[in-house]
Amino acid sequence: MGKVSAAIDQGGFNFDLCRRNEMLMNKAGFKPPTYRKTGTTIVGLVFQGGIILGADTRATEGPIVADKNCEKIHYMAPNIYCCGAGTAADTEAVTDMVSSQLQLHRQATGRESRVVTALTLLKTHLFGYQGHVSAALVLGGVDITGPHLHTIYPHGSTDTLPYATMGSGSLAAMAMFESNYKEGLSRDEGIKLVCQAICAGIFNDLGSGSNVDVCVITKGKTDYLRNYQLPNPRTYVSSKGYSFARGQTEVLSTRIIPLIANLVLAEGDEMEE
Amino acid sequence: MDSGKGLLASELDSQRTLNPYVTGTSVVGIKYKDGILMASDMGGSYGSTLRYKSVERLKPIGKHSLLGASGEISDFQEILRYLDELIIYDNMWDDGNSLGPKEIHNYLNRVMYNRRNKFDPLWNSLVLGGVKNGQKYLGTVSMIGVHFEDNHIATGFGNHLARPILRDEWKEDMSFEEGVKLLEKCMLVLLYRDRSAINKLQRRSDWWWWCFMEIGEVDVETRKDRSYLDSGDYEEVTMNKSCSSPRTSAGATLIAKITEEGITVSQPYALKTFWGFTAYQNPTKGAEGSW
Amino acid sequence: MASKQQANWSPYDNNGGTCVAIAGSNYCVIAADTRLSTGYSILTRDYSKLQQLADKSILASSGFQADIKALQKHLSAKHLIYQHQHNKQMSCPAMAQLLSNTLYYKRFFPYYAFNVLGGLDNEGKGCVFTYDAVGSYERVGYSSQGSGSTLITPVLDNQLKSPSPLLIPQETEAVDLVKDVFASAAERDIYTGDRVEITIVNAAGIRREYAELRKD
Repeated sequence: MGKVSAAIDQGGFNFDLCRRNEMLMNKAGFKPPTYRKTGTTIVGLVFQGGIILGADTRATEGPIVADKNCEKIHYMAPNIYCCGAGTAADTEAVTDMVSSQLQLHRQATGRESRVVTALTLLKTHLFGYQGHVSAALVLGGVDITGPHLHTIYPHGSTDTLPYATMGSGSLAAMAMFESNYKEGLSRDEGIKLVCQAICAGIFNDLGSGSNVDVCVITKGKTDYLRNYQLPNPRTYVSSKGYSFARGQTEVLSTRIIPLIANLVLAEGDEMEE
Repeated sequence: MDSGKGLLASELDSQRTLNPYVTGTSVVGIKYKDGILMASDMGGSYGSTLRYKSVERLKPIGKHSLLGASGEISDFQEILRYLDELIIYDNMWDDGNSLGPKEIHNYLNRVMYNRRNKFDPLWNSLVLGGVKNGQKYLGTVSMIGVHFEDNHIATGFGNHLARPILRDEWKEDMSFEEGVKLLEKCMLVLLYRDRSAINKLQRRSDWWWWCFMEIGEVDVETRKDRSYLDSGDYEEVTMNKSCSSPRTSAGATLIAKITEEGITVSQPYALKTFWGFTAYQNPTKGAEGSW
Repeated sequence: MASKQQANWSPYDNNGGTCVAIAGSNYCVIAADTRLSTGYSILTRDYSKLQQLADKSILASSGFQADIKALQKHLSAKHLIYQHQHNKQMSCPAMAQLLSNTLYYKRFFPYYAFNVLGGLDNEGKGCVFTYDAVGSYERVGYSSQGSGSTLITPVLDNQLKSPSPLLIPQETEAVDLVKDVFASAAERDIYTGDRVEITIVNAAGIRREYAELRKD
């Protein structure tokens, strides 16, 4: 108990049960719980005067779709957003944490956050955990120095690119970028290419699916276009639908316990919970 | 006794491909108006070392078929030997019948599946294309015998990188030019993204060679004069019919055309790459400290 | 050693897919999706998992494609021999027993195939046989096998079994139900999708229908 609260006071993860879990896995064949992975397609590109980020909206747990319309483009700062692939909990926690640090930094300095700041905070955190925090990110934003796009791998290495893809659909999406990307794309051309890349992930990678989310960041303006495209509507709805008449569940026995009104109007001493 | 057993065991072991040695990467194939187009590079990798640079992985099989292979090169050559035997045996009947692409594909499916059943697989993914009696055929078979037909096919990395492009852009009845252009697009993406990731500081040289093959009655002249290719002069050599397989000597390139049989192989040529993005010149500009 | 990384290989692959069959009083509906996949990639969107083995029996199989094809070829060959010897088509229950024996014959190097056999029995009633990979089988009113079976079976249980005795739907209702359960499975199972191929066997013969599914 003391240990736990000490760890909480210090911040960071609590590793108290790691040794126990290791022993369980080795001896008892214990299987740890599975995590919700966003088997994902996330992309980003630099266009004339800004950044466009894109993501699909499928979250999977093994072969099952856990969420058909989740959000993978996370807020970092008003001018910076970040797409996450990997374990959903890790991508959310790490982006939330850094986003909070950025806000504190903004309040302390009174200046707009820079993309390189977010990048450094993310990569030092991820490097510290040596890949155990499985977040693969595409970070994009526009700051005083212009538009920036980076990828960040779970081990903390980063890349600076004109176009980037991550997640299980990264190859399908990259195929679109490699064959269609040009420098100095217009906003509309950029959005079109990002959608094409995400759709390539959605339709060719089984880990990705459902809808297209887009986020366009330009100097002084951010457009978060949630569900910009919905290319996968339900294909068939039963003509007669399903209705369940009352009495579907067989009643085997009935027992009614009368509720006795036991109201005591006391002075308040005994009502303590 | 023991040593005898040990010898037997080691002999049995030695017959199995436990891991591939010299391997070839993706093969991409598509149906087009007049038949099938197929593309592959000519690299032979020894692990992660690019050991050979003029390995032919697209071969004509009989009169109507074209075989492309990725994976272990020696196993592919063994398969070619089986197929040679098959074609010669079929020829000996002299009954005017010949094996079409469907039959060859079926044969390959059985060979691959049979070898996996013996726990001695042929370490390849094969693509079989062909035309017979006006019927186009394009199929594939994997190391463990998984096989299917489709309008476009890619093995290995190609399944991840080329097929998304093919699913978007492939159409029924593409012309030869459109088909080649589409394959070149796929091969360029594979060149960029297959194997190691890009290296920002290093400019990749252009000595990567591609080998194109096609089936159908197409004039090879059309392939001359392609401004977007780096290739040098085309030198066409009509080869002796008995020598049905085109050859490439180390370094030098040749082109073979077998007109009566409809199978043409282009000379190897290089694709033009582009590395001029400004982000590559000074990637950390405005984000100093981002490594 | 060159490329030690691929030193291991598996003789099996899971190519995904879902099969469903429903038996009616005088018909049988057999359906399967047409997606063939491996890992996270789609190999082809148009691969039929159904095989007609005799004039009144259709086999739907998912699992490892190479094994399934070998199994289908084996059964078709056996059926050809049967026709030569008996000058008639094999009945669906006989085919069911043959399939069981064929699967059990490979008990220690199994066909990685999950089968549903549907058709009409000798009295012209719909029949469905459901299997495990090594040949255990039983005759049932309906069945689902493959990657989406965990999603579909409870729905079929609810719609066809819970108002026990077994509710036997009309042919059109059964086809409608099949389309709906496949659309639902495609929503949540990543290995089910692209298209569903539905065959209906009745006294008039065999009819085939297709319905589009999600392609993501």
